[in-house]
Amino acid sequence: MSDERRAERDSRETRTGSDDQERPVSDIEAAIRENDPALITYITAGDPSLEDTKEYVEALDRGGSDLIELGLPFSEPIAEGPTIQAAINRALDAGTTPQGFFELVDDLETEAPLLVMTYYNMILQYGTSEAHSASDSRAVEPRGKPDVRPFVERAAEVGLSGLIIPDLPAEEADPLREACDDHGLDLVFIVAPTTEGERLETIMSQVSGFAYVQARLGTTGARANVSGATHDSLERLSEFDVPKAVGFGVSEGDHAAEIIEAGADGVIVGSALVDIIAEHSSDGDAADRLEAKAAELKRGARRGAGEAVDAEDVPEPEQP
Amino acid sequence: MSKTTPDHDRDRNRERDSEATFGDYGGQYVPEALMPALQELEDAYERYVLNNEDGFMDEFRERMRDFGGRPTPLQRADRLSERYDREIYLKREDLVHGGAHKLNNALGQVLLAKYMGKERIIAETGAGQHGTATAMAAAHLDMPCEIYMGRTDINRQRPNVYRMRMNGAAVNPVTAGSGTLKEAINETMRDWATTVETTHYVIGSVVGPHPFPKMVRDFQAVISQEARKQIQEQAGRLPDTVVACAGGGSNTMGTFHEFVPDESVDLVAVEAGGSSLEIDEEANLAPNSATLSTGTDGVLHGAMTKLLQSEDGQIVESHSVSAGLDYAGVGPELSHLVATDRVTPASVDDDDALNGFHRLSNLEGIIPALESSHALGYIEEHTDDLGDLVVVNVSGRGDKDLETVLEETEKRDLEAAPDVEVFKE
Ligand SMILES: Cc1ncc(COP(=O)(O)O)c(C=O)c1O
Repeated sequence: MSDERRAERDSRETRTGSDDQERPVSDIEAAIRENDPALITYITAGDPSLEDTKEYVEALDRGGSDLIELGLPFSEPIAEGPTIQAAINRALDAGTTPQGFFELVDDLETEAPLLVMTYYNMILQYGTSEAHSASDSRAVEPRGKPDVRPFVERAAEVGLSGLIIPDLPAEEADPLREACDDHGLDLVFIVAPTTEGERLETIMSQVSGFAYVQARLGTTGARANVSGATHDSLERLSEFDVPKAVGFGVSEGDHAAEIIEAGADGVIVGSALVDIIAEHSSDGDAADRLEAKAAELKRGARRGAGEAVDAEDVPEPEQP
Repeated sequence: MSKTTPDHDRDRNRERDSEATFGDYGGQYVPEALMPALQELEDAYERYVLNNEDGFMDEFRERMRDFGGRPTPLQRADRLSERYDREIYLKREDLVHGGAHKLNNALGQVLLAKYMGKERIIAETGAGQHGTATAMAAAHLDMPCEIYMGRTDINRQRPNVYRMRMNGAAVNPVTAGSGTLKEAINETMRDWATTVETTHYVIGSVVGPHPFPKMVRDFQAVISQEARKQIQEQAGRLPDTVVACAGGGSNTMGTFHEFVPDESVDLVAVEAGGSSLEIDEEANLAPNSATLSTGTDGVLHGAMTKLLQSEDGQIVESHSVSAGLDYAGVGPELSHLVATDRVTPASVDDDDALNGFHRLSNLEGIIPALESSHALGYIEEHTDDLGDLVVVNVSGRGDKDLETVLEETEKRDLEAAPDVEVFKE
């Protein structure tokens, strides 16, 4: 993580929460509130290699991302559509490991805070695999009980600001949330189109960082339009004073504009960026294209917020 | 920096945990979009299955009798008894309509979906037996039905693919990974996450998020309810040993459930030892599916359970000559019963399972499923570990496996096999 950002975090003012208790604003909440409308971008770490990912993340940062989600690949990504599934397979084929992932994050110098997006089993096993490789024992020997703490400790150490775990609903999240609380990391929850009534209240009372508003039912994947479910979800969430970012299906500046106009504080874009990587990583111009795409999305978001967008405000690199 | 959870939410989560888990195992590790559906299912399970609301269980039992062919016999296997010099009884789930225990669960869940007002049924299948049972139940109860099945499994279980189509179900091939049950479950979950408001996912074993493991077990418990009564009537006492094969573990849990409190009864879960029990991390492959015997704790397909996984937590591809056992996970309740020493895990390799297949076919005139053949392989290889009175669950019939058996038998020198040359040309 960059020294600049570290200093910023340390100097950031605390704000008074609704429960009248002083608590510091997290990196993530600050990144969204201070940049509203915010752009949150996702790519899979290790697709097609960790070196490429470093270059791509820096490009997304330059392009105007206010938060960047990095996928730590898991072999059974049940919440992902075909685009991100394929990226995860490329990353696994390239030999991406949690150790390599953390080294990459440690190495990155971005303006935007970084989150890790992964599945719960990856978090659980990190501790056991650490202990395992340390003792250099064989696979048939029993290993320790799964434990979430070693992962969270390492995540904090390399400067990650939070976690998103799509297969960890609030009901199962106590151990991870406690570990995150202890290390000052946000654990972001997803609010689905099916989340209503008492469940919605419970989740919103546990939100940290921002509420990840799932734009439509189903899996991740770029779509041609903004779902009506987005508007309904934002409507249902309007009474809660937490930052709301909408993802699942967003792929163009115009979508970003529509979503911000509907009341979101941020937009989350993944598959559309992963598509660029899949198509252009071999030509060597993926990074430039990612930067340009991020800028387009950011401009769209600003348009949605009614801001006049001019070329100076957001860099518009030349289309390669 | 983050808000801490209000105490009342923690308490509620803890209370709920006692029901959603079996010791350290179970839970609900699914995308948020599915959580309300799991709650709805849990409510329906409590009302209709546990409390027989609207006479649900009466209707289920009646349909299991008239459509499903229950009760199934508990048959004394005379020649096996002679061979092993002890009493061997076979619970004949191969005689359930469709040819496997799978109908007990499929009919229960499709009927439940109907009571819940769902409009569409989806399911995954490995051996095709669960897909077939679900397609049959859906046709019987007039519900549209789609089945996800891995490419590899489609190729090795063709007869069941035809049967699903005959019963009006669509079969969706899944090409990801090694094209077996694990990938089919991933794909069915993705479908469900899109269609959850109108669709019920008939999960095929005692796996997945709460309440599936409990509910499926309850639908399958009919096996041990019948067997426990039958063995007392026929042999005059409880058995010493009960043996069943374990893929996800639905026939295992069904066969064990009523015997769990009977501490004198040994319960043996037989997994697929494949060709070796070692995991090849380099190739990301376990040439077995012996999860209870060799797996480690983790989260897959909605539950904390034992898994075949790499040190980093990637799920490895499993292998078994029998498609229905070829799965890197296992039911959380079985993991718990093994962890607490109530169930003994065992494994039988591909060769011994094939021998078990031929032996039962030869000696008793019953062609067992390759899955069940693992349980039959166990009693041959571990005769000394058995008590004097043994119940073996024949979870299904082997018609679906004939092609695989011929091909695999030809490759090996199997002592129990007939001459398969005759089938060539
Ligand atoms: C005949 C038969 N037995 C056993 C199994 C394994 O499943 P389970 O362990 O859930 O009974 C299958 C699965 O398809 C099967 O078809």
